[in-house]
Order: sequence, then structure tokens, then C-alpha cells
Amino acid sequence: MPKYENILADEPGRKEFLLGNEAVVRGALEAGVDFASTYPGTPSSEIGNVLFYISKKAGLYFEFSTNEKVAMETSAAASASGLRALVFFKHVGLNVAADAFMSTAYVGTNGGLVVLTADDPSMHSSQNEQDNRLYSMLANIPMVEPSSPQEMKDFMKEAFELSEKLKLPVLFRTTTRVNHARGIVEYGELGKKRGKGYFEKDPNRYVPVPENARRMHRELLEKMEKAKELANSSPLNRIELHGGKIGIITSGVSYNYVADVVKSLGINANILKLGFTHPFPDALVKEFISSVDKVIVVEELEPYLEENTRVLAQLHNINVPIYGKLDGYFPRAYEYNVDVVKTALGKILDLKISDNSYRAKEIELPSRPPVLCPGCPHRATYYAAMMALRQLKIKDAIITTDIGCYTLGIQKPYEMADYLLCMGSSIGAAVGFSKATDQKVIGFVGDSTFFHAAIPGLIDAYHNNADLVYVILDNRTTAMTGHQPHPGLPMNGMGEKAPYVDIEKLVRGIGIDWVRTVDPYNVQETINAFKDALRHEGISVIIAKRECALLWDARRRKQNEWWVYEINQDKCTQCGLCSDWLACAAIFKKVDEDGKERVYINDALCDGCGVCATICPFNAIEKKVIR
Amino acid sequence: MKTGIVFAGVGGQGVLTASSIIGVAALKAGVNVTMSEVHGMAQRGGIVVTEMNIGDVHSTLVGDGEADIIVGFEPVEAYRVLHKAHPGSSVVVNTEPIVPITASLGKAKYPDVNEVLSAMEGLNVYTLEATEIARKLGNVITMNIVMLGALTALPEFPLDREHVIAAIKDKFPPRHHEINIKAFELGEQAIKK
Repeated sequence: MPKYENILADEPGRKEFLLGNEAVVRGALEAGVDFASTYPGTPSSEIGNVLFYISKKAGLYFEFSTNEKVAMETSAAASASGLRALVFFKHVGLNVAADAFMSTAYVGTNGGLVVLTADDPSMHSSQNEQDNRLYSMLANIPMVEPSSPQEMKDFMKEAFELSEKLKLPVLFRTTTRVNHARGIVEYGELGKKRGKGYFEKDPNRYVPVPENARRMHRELLEKMEKAKELANSSPLNRIELHGGKIGIITSGVSYNYVADVVKSLGINANILKLGFTHPFPDALVKEFISSVDKVIVVEELEPYLEENTRVLAQLHNINVPIYGKLDGYFPRAYEYNVDVVKTALGKILDLKISDNSYRAKEIELPSRPPVLCPGCPHRATYYAAMMALRQLKIKDAIITTDIGCYTLGIQKPYEMADYLLCMGSSIGAAVGFSKATDQKVIGFVGDSTFFHAAIPGLIDAYHNNADLVYVILDNRTTAMTGHQPHPGLPMNGMGEKAPYVDIEKLVRGIGIDWVRTVDPYNVQETINAFKDALRHEGISVIIAKRECALLWDARRRKQNEWWVYEINQDKCTQCGLCSDWLACAAIFKKVDEDGKERVYINDALCDGCGVCATICPFNAIEKKVIR
Repeated sequence: MKTGIVFAGVGGQGVLTASSIIGVAALKAGVNVTMSEVHGMAQRGGIVVTEMNIGDVHSTLVGDGEADIIVGFEPVEAYRVLHKAHPGSSVVVNTEPIVPITASLGKAKYPDVNEVLSAMEGLNVYTLEATEIARKLGNVITMNIVMLGALTALPEFPLDREHVIAAIKDKFPPRHHEINIKAFELGEQAIKK
């Protein structure tokens, strides 16, 4: 079966074991989505990967937009044209899209518009763990929060209905443990599509010049009053009555932990499970907290439900104790799990929690941080940069980095990351450091991130005469999020042939003269490029161009061609250049039976890139063909 | 009735593929299943852990002390998740280490595998040379399926082998069925010995 074909099956009642991010696409198809846009970001990326494979067959338009702001704008326009549109990104993507997001609340929608944010509590792959539920308050946009893959599907349909009822976008708030949860999902019927939309011109409605905007704000507040009525009667909010006088209010992934802990500890508690959480369903919550002796609010990150509950209790003079994170029972940082919920409930309800977990005899272990993959061209680039800096005896160069696999250059021995804020910050920060200090400055950015947010910064660098080296790590894909295409590639989000942007031409088009494209696997050429660039006064740009090793590996596996490298111990002097300086993840040291430590290459990890062989001064690393 | 299973290994070993095969097997068996996986940052060489609950459970994570089975694709990574186990849990361990770069760079040394295994006293420890079995079979990449064979052979594994085999066949194109089924059987035999 072609990839993700099961998502398209026209079989109501069919059950599949789906990732939350797969289920959400199924939900959009059941809602009859016509248009979708994104910029990839974990934990939202698989949504785009599924659409990449199926959108053509499903008959909808899908694009990987240049960044989240563009994605927000394309989907908003599709909605204004009467189509149902889905825009999705990771939590920090909404920061990039925020300008457009705020205005869509004013301008409103026509066809349903759902904005999915994938938050990342515990920062599994993010620079912060902001709680995007607060955006729904800031923008006055209704919000839903699913708990499971099944709800990812079901809530999507509801969210589109809701958006069309209110003529507002709906924020669809997810978290890593829902996006990357797998569970059994039962299908409903596929929805009907509209095909092409038609935009009815109405500047008073769609152009927020101050005169219109003043009216729009009032209208928005009126819409949110109507939304509150819908929230109070929504089927997405439900009470699970188990008797007793304890009430637990929860939403999203926290519901799962509450349900399991209440059952395993035999706690007599009623659960108010909220799925439609903004506007806050005040009448429903008021009734619930009036019916119990104790209220416990369980939610990850910010005390959104808790603060609203406390305000409500104060407004209506309801004198019931409320427990949450404002009184210190629940943590405000990192994701929850059954253990966190168990511990907090134990404290609040004075329960004895037994710990049955196994304690192994302690031994000292080496850590295993995420590393650049074997064969990764970034490793070769960093090795070259490191060697160039050493050869020129530059010790205090400031290295600005960016968001991508290459942020892992922070690790020893490369230490190629001194400063990072967000997507595209490598260049703006490099300009700042070059002006604020007399130190050498090198900025690193990936190809997709360059298109996303670095081009305005590069124009700034050129226009303001900054003295810096900017390195574009062009590995021909958006690698970290799972190999999505970007504007530098001849393929679009629907897998069609597409015009592409030539990075070197673009850089030269700005007016920058010192530009050199190198192949990082050619280590000597790359070291020379760094040395020349560092000696150059003004701005210099190195484009380190070599396809992501994982794509290269996959192609060779398909063609049944495979080779690795191994160390000829007769020639090897154990100098450590490959193991300690190139530091490939496939190279390791082992103490042999004779008590001597030797360097080896793990054949299960080596991908045959051969960079170690090219730098070996003793020609001791040799190619071994497997098939 | 529920069974908590934790799969632990190193990026590139096929941990995600193997665990999602067990999820599909549960679906085929008509049993509820939830699973959690982590994607992102560097796909090869880092720690990969997936957590699974088979039975009447909402959570996709396995609490401390709630894993009945640990499937360790690599000895040190099996050790690292032992707090999820309880006394009497079963641990299946592939004994071939993947030495992380940090050990090569001279920080903490990679411990002796026997030392790692002997630290698991009080658990039912099953060991096999899964990587070597896969290597001899002709493709080291089938190691994850060898591990599934071993997992399926455990007395407390709650699903039938037929469902697991059917899920393996769903996962791979027909031309790869033979080698993967063979890998599965070798894993089963390695445990039964």
C-alpha cells in the first residue's frame, strides 16, 4: 500500500493504529478540508508529511510555506474565499505567525479556518515550552484541546463547524504527547470538498484600516460572547460522574493521567473533562464547582484553567477550596505523567502512594546525547571550521547558530554554537556581535531556515556593512523535521515539479560579492574556504552544499548498494584525528584483550561517507563493500 | 488487565518501527493499545524510547514501576529505563553495545556488558545477540525484528505470535517478508533456548 493510503480509506467504522498527527489529517478530511499550509516543526511535522503524500489524491491544495507567517496568510485567504483551510505549526511557529493570526480574529473568516499549534512541554525538540493557550486569550480566538488520537480526529471536524458558526478562526491546541501518541482511531465518513472558492469583495469587512478595525474589535467581542454560549453546551466538554465530593477539572493530555490515576488509586472523584476551553465555559464550571467540596485543577504548564476557575469562584462567591499550581501542588514546568499526577493528588487528598519501581544497582554510565548522524555533511563543515580557526589561531570567534540538526554543533569537540534565539537569529545576532565587538563572527544557518527567516537579516548585514562570515549549510532538505522540501528544491508540497530558488544567485542578488559554494566532503577545500573568508574584511558567505546523509543512505539501500569503512589496524597509529576531532558517531574506542585501546568503526552505524578516510594522515581507513 | 512495555535503544536501530508493529498487532487482536514516541533532533545515535500500554489505559506513557516488560535494543539503554520496571519484570536485552561518542571522547567509560546485566538482579533477564543474529542472516537492519521475536516468546507477552507476524507483513513490502519472518523466528528461538 502506498504510504499513508490508509488515511484516505472511504470506510466509516474502520479502525487504524494511528499517530495523533495522522489522525488529525483524517479528521480534516472528514471535515472536507480544501486547503492546508504549514512550515514543518516538531511535534507537528508528520501532519505535513502525511499531506505531502496524500493531498493530490485527496483533491486538496497543500503547501510547505516559506515560514509560518506565510502559511497563516495563505490559509486565511483560502478561508476568506469560502474554502475550509487548515494551517498548522509547532508552538513557536505561532510566534512567527502571530501578526497575521491576531488580525484574522478581526477580519474573521468565511470558510472554516483551523489553526493547529503543537506545543512541546518538556522541550523534547524546542527552545522553550510556552503554553499557546494564552494566545487564544490574547487574540480572542476560540480554542479546543484534544486528549488522544481519536479526539485529534473528532475535534478537527468540530473545530471546522465551530469556525463557520462563529466566522472566527479556531485554535486547535495540541501537545507532544498527543501529537506523538499512537492509539486506535475509528473512522467516520469522508467530508465533501468545495473545489475552488470565490472571493466576494468587501473591503469594509476584510481591510482593517483604523476606522474598520475599531468596529471589528467590538464585533469580535460580540462573537466571543456567542462562542461562550457554545462552549457551555459543547459536547467536547463533559462530566464523568463517579460519585463523591471531589471534583477534578482537566483538559488535553492531562485528562489521560487523571483518568488512569483516579482508577488505579480508587479515588472517588468526578471529572470535568474540558475540550472546548476558550472562551472558558463559565456556566458549566460554575455548576461543577458548586457540586463538590474540593476542586483540583490538573493541566500542564500555565494555570489557564485554574486562574479562570478561581476568578469564577470569586465572581460568584463560591467558597470551595481549589487546588492547582498557584498553591504549589502541581508543577508549572515540564510535561506531566501518571507519576506527577499521582504525587500531587496524594498530597492534596492525603493518600499514601506506594512506589513499586525497580531500583537497579548503580553503575556509572556514559551519556548518549543526540549527535549528528554518521555521514552528516555538517560534521565535515564543522570539522573544517574548527581546523581553519585553529590554523589561523583565532580563539574567541563568536559562533551564532540557528534552528536545525546543526545546532548539535554545540557539542565537543566542535563547540560551534555560542548564541541562539530562534529561527533565523543566526544572522541578525551575527550583525549585532560584529558591530558590538571586535571579535570574529561566524554564523551558521541551514538551507530551509535560511529561506524561512534569514534573508531579511542577510540584507541587513549587507546594507550595514557587517564584518562576518555566514555559512549556509545546504543539505538539500528540511532535515530535522523529517525531510520536507523547501523553496531551494525543484519539488513542492504536493510532490509536483516546482521552480526553485538558487541560494548562491539569491545571495549575489543582494549585492554580496564574496560567495563560495563548497562540498564539505572535500574537507581541504572547505578548510581553505573558511580561512579565506575569515581573512576577508566585510561580509563573506560560504554555501556548504551536500545532501543530507539520510537521504543518500536511503537511496543506496533501495539500490541495494552498501559499503562501509573500516580501520586497518596495521596502518593505524591511534592518533585520534578521526575519533577525537572528526568525532563521527560510528567511530569508537575499545580496549582489546591485549589491554591496548584501539579505534574501531561500528559497521551498523557507518554510512560510508568516507570523510574519516580523507582526513586520515596514514591512509589507515579503508572502504569495504558489503553489497 | 494491562501490560506496560518500554522499548529502549539508539536512533537507527528501528525502535519506532518495532514498537508500532506491536501496536498494530494489538489492534489486530482487538485489544486497546496506547503508545508514545519521541521524534525530532538527530535521527541516528541518540537515545530512543517508546512506551506502550496494552489494555484498558488512557495514558500513552508508562509510569515508574509500571513496565512489565523492557525491550532493550542496547544494554546500557535497557539499564537506563529500569526505573520503569518493577521487581519481577522481564527484560529482553540485545547484548551488543553501541558505544556513544561521549565514551570515545574520554568521559565516562562504557561499562562491561556483564556488569550491566548483573545490575539487573531481581528481574527476569533474557539476553540474545540480536545484532549478530541479524548480521548472520544477511542484514543487520533486521535486528529490531529479531528483538520482536524474543519479545513475543516471553511468557507474559499478552498477544499471539500470529498477530505479530501479520503486523510485520503489513509493515514491509512482500519482497522483505521472508527475511523478516526468519529474523522473528530466530529471535523467538534465542529466547526459548
